Amino acid sequence: MNIRSLLSYTFLIIALVVVQLLFLKNLALFGYAFAFLYLLGLLILPSTLKTIPLLLISFSLGFLLDVFFETIGMHAAAATVFAFFKPIWLKTTSPTGGYDEVEEPSLSQIGLGRFISYAFPLIFLYALVFFTADQWGTGGFLGVFSKSLFSSLFTLVLAILVQLLFFKRRKGI
Amino acid sequence: MLRILQFLYRVRAFLLFIVLEVVAIWMIVSNNSPQGAAFFNSSNAVVGGVLKKQADVVQFFSLADANEALVEENAWVRGQLMASQVIPDSLEIKLDSSLQASFEFRGARVIANSLRFSQNYLTLNKGAKHGIKPGMGVFTSQGAVGRIKSVSENYSVAFSLLNTSLLVSSKIKSSDVFGSVQWDGRNSSEAMLLYVPRHVKAFKGDEVITSGFNAVFPEGILIGKISNVAVNEKDPNYLSITVALSADFSKLTYVYLVENTRFEELDSLYRQSEIPNEY
Repeated sequence: MNIRSLLSYTFLIIALVVVQLLFLKNLALFGYAFAFLYLLGLLILPSTLKTIPLLLISFSLGFLLDVFFETIGMHAAAATVFAFFKPIWLKTTSPTGGYDEVEEPSLSQIGLGRFISYAFPLIFLYALVFFTADQWGTGGFLGVFSKSLFSSLFTLVLAILVQLLFFKRRKGI
Repeated sequence: MLRILQFLYRVRAFLLFIVLEVVAIWMIVSNNSPQGAAFFNSSNAVVGGVLKKQADVVQFFSLADANEALVEENAWVRGQLMASQVIPDSLEIKLDSSLQASFEFRGARVIANSLRFSQNYLTLNKGAKHGIKPGMGVFTSQGAVGRIKSVSENYSVAFSLLNTSLLVSSKIKSSDVFGSVQWDGRNSSEAMLLYVPRHVKAFKGDEVITSGFNAVFPEGILIGKISNVAVNEKDPNYLSITVALSADFSKLTYVYLVENTRFEELDSLYRQSEIPNEY
């Protein structure tokens, strides 16, 4: 990773977190579908990034959200699980031979189908952990499951739209 | 020995994962205990500052509504004041200390609020510097809103009534039957009135107010109106009463805080007689 891509990743993550903090806090479609858009910043981190820095980045981002949303620990726990399974899942869903080292798992690089199969289970896992922590002892499993499902669908749609609108296309498309 | 170290080195990512998870879970647990001191929350000076800036911009657009509500309330209070100002026609009697008001009121602005989780909190723009203390009740002219959880120098965090761990001692106005209002985590405009026995006649439309039994709210602050009465399925000795909350939690801007100046006396009395104090 060179300085330029490091800067652009940092900028992207900061921008996504600011959007998450200021605009997506109380947004919930039909009271069920939450948007965890900042996960997009973690999703497209390159596959060359080791698990340990990834875990630390995710934990601190989740913790930052927690402090603002008054949900101490919940986002942090979910983001840590997300970060631990991200490299494993990326390796599982990548084609035999793996991606090139420089490649980032974004929509324009790996295509729509693969991006969905890569991102959706991870976002769903995140939402599942988050809502289990949130509803511990109060809501039934069905509530947790439906909230997680709708939230991850909503987040996935937002993540795809953001990439289509704001990311530079690969040359040749 | 070397092998153990080698093994630990190989699974270092997994170990870090476990450590971070344990830290996160510890934070969740310690934050959810009502007495637990939380060092990192939105009453932190930096976070509170950012939230306040955001609220400054967003709430600018609802200033007209807030003003209108204030004017209406002012008019009502003026009416009350006129009615209570009677010109004395005889000797003045010095009031006994038992007649002194034991509640003090303050105002604050909501700078952050959540509705969609099962543990919702409010952040207010006043803190210890302005005399806010943990345990104070929060309400608006429409109805009860919550209770202060923790304070910092300039900001404070309150349990919203939309928090499944908050119980508010309350009663049905028409029959004086008391129970506890608790949110069930489903709809942000409804809560449940618990512990009302089955023989009580409760009707749709009855007002539910704070009982004044706990040391948080004075008696008579509106919580909501009964919207549904049914027999509790889990425990048929009790009614399951749904209360439509009168405060609109999605539009909270300005709130009042009430402090019971005799809270400590009451609390120590409860402790002496070993009665758990319900908030």
